[in-house]
Amino acid sequence: MNSSSLNNIARFFLLLAAQLLIFNNIHLFGFLNPLVYVLYIILFPVNDSKMSLLISSFILGITMDCFCNSAGVHALASIVLAYYRPVLFKFCFGLSYEYQTVRINDNLTPERFFFIFLAIVLHHSLLFIAEIFNIFLIFEIFYKIILTSLFTVIISIIIIYLIKPNKK
Amino acid sequence: MNQIFQYIFKNSNKLLFLMLLFFCFTLIFKSHSYHRSKMIGSANFMSGKVYEQINSVEEYFSLRQNNEILAKENAKLKVLLMNQVDPSKIPTFSINNYNSNNIIPSKVIHNSYTARQNYITINSGNSAGVKENMGVINENGIVGLIENTSAHYATIQSILNTQSKINAKIKKLDHIGTIQWNAKNTGTVQLYDIPRLALIRKGDTIVTGGQSDIFPENLNIGTIDKIYIDNETNYWTIDVKLFNDMTNLGYVYVLKTKDYEEIKVLEEISKKSRN
Repeated sequence: MNSSSLNNIARFFLLLAAQLLIFNNIHLFGFLNPLVYVLYIILFPVNDSKMSLLISSFILGITMDCFCNSAGVHALASIVLAYYRPVLFKFCFGLSYEYQTVRINDNLTPERFFFIFLAIVLHHSLLFIAEIFNIFLIFEIFYKIILTSLFTVIISIIIIYLIKPNKK
Repeated sequence: MNQIFQYIFKNSNKLLFLMLLFFCFTLIFKSHSYHRSKMIGSANFMSGKVYEQINSVEEYFSLRQNNEILAKENAKLKVLLMNQVDPSKIPTFSINNYNSNNIIPSKVIHNSYTARQNYITINSGNSAGVKENMGVINENGIVGLIENTSAHYATIQSILNTQSKINAKIKKLDHIGTIQWNAKNTGTVQLYDIPRLALIRKGDTIVTGGQSDIFPENLNIGTIDKIYIDNETNYWTIDVKLFNDMTNLGYVYVLKTKDYEEIKVLEEISKKSRN
């Protein structure tokens, strides 16, 4: 048990609790709830084991499904994001990912913003497509993906840069 | 053999990912059938407990409102009591021949209404006598039907769920149709299959029909809000404004269907004879 994995465990439970207690009850315009638990997968350290990220994001997703009565859609979106996270890293950061020096938890640069944005859009797209799963409701799916993603991105960035650990 | 192990070891992440993906897909596809997985739902031990804790705090925010509702209901019952000339005719509390023996009062500990498939969690389960497929109402009208139960909790398939279909009729006409929800508005549901012959008007009351074994006849649902003419079929499509505010539920009553066991046995027999 090093401090990194303790950090991860604390983040897991804090984000889950925040999601269930606060963010699931926002109902902006009657239906918008930001899904900030995705931050766990985004903020997971780059160098830590991929297997543990995959398993923990599955547990995170399936717990969300239990509470939302949504039968597997959160788990599906979470594991796909966890598995394809390295691809997104390579796409957004290029060389610095190769040298394993990427840190999300730092000053907001265009690359970091782009990465967070892409990760959230990927997760939400899968989530709403799997949840609604009806070609006739394609506009409703797009509408939900766009609005919820925007809301989640805004809240996530506020959270990351408010609780950023001060190291100087 | 060695190569197989080496392959598994090398691609362990990929294999784990595919396995989990397969598991998720099974859960999702299962959820499209009528009876869903029992473990993944808010009636299970963990989420039921957590929702109960959350609700015990949230309860305080609506105390005044709940008091008002109770006072109103009390006043209604008092009127019934006081206006009886003959004291021997004092009515016992009943909703269409349901007395206190087959009504289970219960508290809503979680209510969702933003998704397409909405579920409500209540804090009474098997141990209180709640079983699958029982109807749930409150003082204004119907709420939904029990889908899954655990020892102390149960989930209700809300009337605001695109999968629920409830038999309904127009109160004054006895034309029978089906209530479904199109996931657009939490205040209105849709009534289908009412023939065009029926002379309906805006404001007519919709009640439950007698064809279901879940709800008794003549429970309130709502009033007609809008009538659409569907040129392709001979049926009306009607928007029904619910009496209930589904976004604000406090206490509900679970109805024990009296002849439920009998109906179940009968259905089993007819299923067997068909096969």
